[in-house]
Amino acid sequence: MRQARYDAVVIGGGAAGMAAAIELNRRGHSVAILEREETLGGILMQCIHNGFGLIEFNEELSGPEFAQRLETQVRSRGISAFLCTTVLDIREEGGTRAVYCVSPAEGVSRIEAGAVLLAMGCRERNRGNIRIPGTRPAGVYTAGLAQRLVNIEGYIPGKDVVIVGSGDIGLIMARRMTWAGCKVHAVIEILPYPSGLTRNIVQCLEDFGIPLYLSHLVTDIVGEDRVEGVEVTPIEQGALMHDKAFRILCDTVLLSVGLVPENELSRAAGIDINPATNGPVVDSMLMTSMPGVFACGNVLHVHDLVDYVVEEARRAGAAASEWLAGYRPEAEIRVKAGANIRYVLPGRLNPARENRLYMRPLIVRNDCRLELKVDGKVVRSIRKAHVQPSEMLSMVVTQADLAQAGRDSVVEIALA
Amino acid sequence: MSERGVADELKSSPDVRRMICITCPLGCHLEVSVHDDTFLVSGNRCQRGEAYAREEVLNPRRTVTATCAAVLPDGRHPGPSDGIPRRVPVRTSQPFPRERIQELLDLLHTMEIQLPVKSGDMVVENALGTGIDVICTRSLDASGR
Repeated sequence: MRQARYDAVVIGGGAAGMAAAIELNRRGHSVAILEREETLGGILMQCIHNGFGLIEFNEELSGPEFAQRLETQVRSRGISAFLCTTVLDIREEGGTRAVYCVSPAEGVSRIEAGAVLLAMGCRERNRGNIRIPGTRPAGVYTAGLAQRLVNIEGYIPGKDVVIVGSGDIGLIMARRMTWAGCKVHAVIEILPYPSGLTRNIVQCLEDFGIPLYLSHLVTDIVGEDRVEGVEVTPIEQGALMHDKAFRILCDTVLLSVGLVPENELSRAAGIDINPATNGPVVDSMLMTSMPGVFACGNVLHVHDLVDYVVEEARRAGAAASEWLAGYRPEAEIRVKAGANIRYVLPGRLNPARENRLYMRPLIVRNDCRLELKVDGKVVRSIRKAHVQPSEMLSMVVTQADLAQAGRDSVVEIALA
Repeated sequence: MSERGVADELKSSPDVRRMICITCPLGCHLEVSVHDDTFLVSGNRCQRGEAYAREEVLNPRRTVTATCAAVLPDGRHPGPSDGIPRRVPVRTSQPFPRERIQELLDLLHTMEIQLPVKSGDMVVENALGTGIDVICTRSLDASGR
């Protein structure tokens, strides 16, 4: 078995993994990226639409272009990137961390790492996850799989399409399939408001006159060998109105019904998972419950912009570097999600430092305030013109904000 | 013109268009009406809404992204089992006139891109005489990696 040792091993070579590795290298550490695909870039490689990089590079790029900017830095810095390499196991062994992986070129390897960074991204929820009744014909795809087929493999998965869920990937695919010559008949959303960004509703649906059915549920998939249609049932006051159900004929169903962080490796390693995010529980340094193992990007929580992923990954890389140099926070204060907030991440603050927090709202509202409260007292209030669950919020909490907070204080973030 | 005045004007006009401003996440619902030399926008909470409406009505544009077929140096198209991309992603260098997008896609879908190719390489110069170029957005070497 091949053996190697690096200061840090990054699992996953997408946007998060590359950004974390670049930061660690910049701070003088030896780093290896382990990537199971044949290329770096992760999901960005199939996201050929534009709109990436406005924050990070101050211009609008396509996914592959954004990935290439990072890969160029990875290459020019001489960071080791092992492709076609699947990680099997993360273990604590003899006071250090060992990552076991396998690849056609090297067979099984054991790589020792001072720090491990989890950057495995997320996975799409599928038909089984949302339990759509009906037969099991060909023609049911997750939107991201269809995106890969169309944009990289060069296959059009069908001609007459219904999209389930109004997440951004589904909306982007509505436009993509239309531009590829297909007819998109409808987008069906269970919630009373769209899950995706307004920009995508306008440019991916309204531009093409594609109807968006809000408060509707797909209650049946019909077809023998191939999808022949879906049954759609309206929801009124929380109840399915079966007498108002109608059928839409189609040969393809694309599912855009949410993403789940991909934490099989983390779970197997015994790392604590937060049920609100499906990602690891992390401290103020983005370190998981396994010492020396950090998490960033979509494996930690699902982001809506890759620019935020890169920012967070860079911070995880910096924290891992400090941890390797022996830094430990003297004290940490818990922060919890208050009114109208689904989660706050990380869940712990370092009162001696500036802390960047990300949080996701539970509500759609105009003109409200994002508040930081210490023991019930508002210490900071930021005006928000508009909030909605599909748009992540961010806040920087400073040492001054926490001046009055003790170890047992209740710190929370709420929308009022 | 007062707010009431604008609203009255809109009600009386047959060519009122409704749209959602996408300049920021607020998503104002705009009503726009165009007469010979006047342009009326209501529902916007800031000046950017008016600019957006004007652009959307008078000169709507979109960045177009698509793919073209990849061709290996020996003239072969990558096969399903080659494990390399069979399509090369491309985009317009600037937002492209909306009413000509289908024409542009029809052109791009007939095109083949010879590998190797570099991100930023020109695919179509001055597409359909618009002055806008189509560029490649992914680098692939001669073996398609």
